[in-house]
Parts: sequence; C-alpha cells; structure tokens
Amino acid sequence: MSVSVFPKQAPTVGYDVERYRADFPILQQAINGHPLVYLDNAASSQKPKAVIDAISRVYLQDYANVHRGVHTLSQRATDQFEGAREKARRLLNAAKTEEIVFVRGATEAINLVAQSYGRSTLQAGDEILISAMEHHSNIVPWQMLCQQTGAVLKVIPISHQGELLLERYADLLSDRTKLVAVTHMSNALGTINPVEHIIRLAHERGIPVLLDGAQAAPHLVVDVRALDCDFYVLSGHKLYGPSGIGILYGKEALLKAMPPYQGGGDMIRMVSFERTQYNTLPYKFEAGTPAIADAIGLGAAIDYLGTIGLEAIAAHENELLAYATQQARTIPQLKIIGEAAHKGAILSFTLDHIHPHDIGTLLDQVGIAVRAGHHCAMPVMDFYGVPATARASFALYNTLEEVDALINGIKQLIEVFG
Amino acid sequence: MLDHIRDLYQEVVFDHNRNPRNFRVMEAPSRKIDGFNPLCGDRITLYLKLDGPVIADVSFQGSGCAISTASASLMTEIVRGKTEEEAHHLFELFHRITTGQDEVANFEELGKLAVLAGVRAYPARVKCATLAWHSLEAALNNEGEAVSTE
Repeated sequence: MSVSVFPKQAPTVGYDVERYRADFPILQQAINGHPLVYLDNAASSQKPKAVIDAISRVYLQDYANVHRGVHTLSQRATDQFEGAREKARRLLNAAKTEEIVFVRGATEAINLVAQSYGRSTLQAGDEILISAMEHHSNIVPWQMLCQQTGAVLKVIPISHQGELLLERYADLLSDRTKLVAVTHMSNALGTINPVEHIIRLAHERGIPVLLDGAQAAPHLVVDVRALDCDFYVLSGHKLYGPSGIGILYGKEALLKAMPPYQGGGDMIRMVSFERTQYNTLPYKFEAGTPAIADAIGLGAAIDYLGTIGLEAIAAHENELLAYATQQARTIPQLKIIGEAAHKGAILSFTLDHIHPHDIGTLLDQVGIAVRAGHHCAMPVMDFYGVPATARASFALYNTLEEVDALINGIKQLIEVFG
Repeated sequence: MLDHIRDLYQEVVFDHNRNPRNFRVMEAPSRKIDGFNPLCGDRITLYLKLDGPVIADVSFQGSGCAISTASASLMTEIVRGKTEEEAHHLFELFHRITTGQDEVANFEELGKLAVLAGVRAYPARVKCATLAWHSLEAALNNEGEAVSTE
C-alpha cells in the first residue's frame, strides 16, 4: 500500500476502530490474496459476533414459537422477541411498543403502509409526493397504489448536488396531497434530507409523512417523536442485524385506524366463519409466525450499537467520508455523484471511460468490495445521465487505511485501463 | 497485483472497448433490437442487414462495461458474412464456453472470441459478455420485443 501524500485527520478521540473490527469475524479474511476491505455497507452491513451468537443461542437453547405456548421455551422465545421490540422502540424513541411492527424489511414496511393506509384512505385524483432520489422500494409500492386507486404520484426534483429543491416541494404540496414519502438518507447519493422541514410543511396541511430510514438508521440518531414523523421504516440487515427482519414505526392512532395488511394467525383475536376480530397493535400487522431469531438478532445488534454509541459511529464515519472525498478529488478521472452539503458515509462515483461494473470487478481483485450498478435508483442514474455508478459506503468498522486502499485500487485500475 | 485479471481483461478486450468496431447506427436495417441488462444498466441496440440467409451487415450502439462492449464489437466482426445458421451455431458455442459448459472444445472455431472465455471465472459478469449475443439471437428469430438478460 503506498503512502498517501495528504495528511490524515486525527482519529476521533476514544474511538477504537480496531477493537470494533475484531467484533466482526467476517472481516478477518483475505479476498483474492488481499485483506478484505468491505465498502458495500449501504447494500448490507456485516454482523458482529454478538448478533451471530444471539441468533445461535436462540436456536441452541430458547427456540419455540412465540405468543402461543404455555411451555417454558415458548415463554423464553416470546420474552426475547418482545424484548427486541422494546429495544427497537428505544432505538427510535417511539412512545410505545404498540407502534413497533416487525416486518421483513423497509421494503415490506412501505408496501404495508401503501396497501393498508394508502388503499383505505386514497381516492382517484389524490396525490402522493415522493422525491427524485428514492430507492425503487419507495417508488414502486406507490405506483402500484396509484394503479389501484387512481391516485397520482408526484416527484420532488433534486439539484445537481443531489439536494431536494425545497421550494418546489412547497409548491407541490396541495389539498390533493394525501401522503409524503421521502428518504431520510439517499442510498445512491448519500444525501441526508432536511426531514424536519419536510415534515413541518406537510403537517401544516395535515398531511402524514413516511420516512424511509433504511440508510439513515445505521448512521444517525433517529427520534421519531422529535421528528414527529408518522411512519418510519428500516431494515435490520443494514443495521448490523440479520436480513429478513425490519421495523415499521407508525403513530398509534394511524396504525389503529388502518386495516390489516395480511390475514392469518397471530393477527386475530377471535375467528369464526362469519366474522373475525383482529388482534391489538402491533400484532394486527404481524400475521403468521414471525422471523423470531432474526428479530432477537436485531435486538442484539441494537444493543451492540448502544455499546459504541450512534453519535460516535457517525463522527467516525463522517471522518472517513471527508477523507475519502478529499482523496477522491485528487483523481482527475473521477467524478463524485452526489455532493450534498449534508451527507452520510456514501461515496458514489464514476470514472472516465471505465464502466462501474469493470471498477467493481477490478477492485475485487485487490480485496475491495464496492457496489457497482444503479443502486435500485434508476431515476437517479437517469438524472445524472449515467447508466450506473460505483459506490463505496462506510460503516463503523472501516478505517482510514481502507480508504487509502480504495484510492490506490482506483489509481491502479485507471492504469490498467490506460 | 492485477496480473491474473488479465485472463478476463486481455489486450483485445481493451482494444475493442476503446475502439469498438461497427459502432454505428445503420440506415434501413432489416432488423433492429434493443438489449438490456437490468443488473448493471448495459444497453445495446443491434442492427442487422440480411441478404437472404446471409448477414450482410451488422452494427451496434449503446453503453456498457468493457466486457459487454468488447463482446458486441467482436461479435459484429465475426458474424458479418455468416449465414443465420452459422451465427446461431456461434451463439451456442459462445454461450457454452462463457458459462463453463464447454471447457476445452472449439476454442479454435471461436477465433478471437476465445479471449472472452475468461469470463467463466466471474459468474456475475457472464451476462455482460452474452448480452450482444442474446440480442443477435432475438434479432435473427425476429423477436420484436426488447431483450433482457434477466
């Protein structure tokens, strides 16, 4: 590894990144003969041993179905499952665990809101407002809802820096607007949106707001009560937890008024062939046996984050991003996509005459994992006139040396391509 | 450090990526088809001019990675002047070799195309190499719809 010519910033005081790295067994390996440099965290982050052990312990000692049995194991599993819900409540500072619905991930959470809240309240001509930087998961469910109800999808445009055009947002809000659904942090650009302002303006008109927190939750302290958002969705697997588990937060009054999303066991209080009484919150939205061990694993991930602190993690990641951005700007062939003033730890970029897929394959040869593609945000790619970008995204366990490895890898592949 | 990647990115690949052959819009083509790889956003428009059963001219436009661009470029060179049947045979051969179903056979027959055999070791990139060929197959079968690798 060559030495960088730029001085590094002083490491964040008290942040022991090497100690945290040691908590992630998967990072202790070589890929293609090089130490793994995992920079695909925005797609999915790696899991600390505490999470792996928690899942393993459930299956080794405490596993049974939840909310059913009177036997010991069922009680243990239920206690841990509900314990994870309480941890999720604390993570988001929700008022009640009734407002925390376990789902498969942010995608399912948005589909749930679209099909339950949206379908029961929207009519032809009503408008749903999203933004031009949304992930497909915060576009397609609303398009489906529009097809079903005759509602219309409106899009808040963005600037070339990758920031929402807030004046246009204000103009787009009208009496027809029935829901605003925007990302808290963009997965393709890294932009952190001014969600307090977005919510305030919508609430002045009595319009509920859903925030897609899939990217933001691992990097920011989220307080749903301070934000006053109506729905907040996140995925466990980006939060150092297992895949297949996520959270929908919804204000109690809204969730209460919403019809169930799926029918089945656990979501009912009483069933006869004539009539079914639905269960109370949050179980009304949790039909079927849930991802029990995964929910408990997510609880363990939240505990793990608590031992480090999201503020400390954010400070560390911001340092990585600042250094990576500074270094990236020294490469003349490199263009950063997304330069919002307020950004999370995502560096999306293109290289002149080198397709992102080639970048991804070549960096993998030196052990560096980045994402190459459209990041499930094809409209964003269209806006910037690129078919795809390469994306390096940082997590709590990445180091400044790994940023150096990335920059050196990019310089090498530019050389190879000539 | 990047030595073994040369199996995939051979000089011929770089050459055809930098200067793709037959990279142009064709006036009055007999067939025109759009190919798309939704995984990475590679897009290709393939043009064919048929003279009876013979591919009299073939060209392409689009944007993609080095593998897909080089593969399309090499393909246009090799299939021009071939009959539809011969082109179909080459497609089969190319497909078998790039997906690792045909380890040894017929490298000679593939000629320059053999440089893309290295893609076997990179399963995520096979679709990059085969996009142009799938588009050609569809064009020859006169399937008007756009082709997707998914």
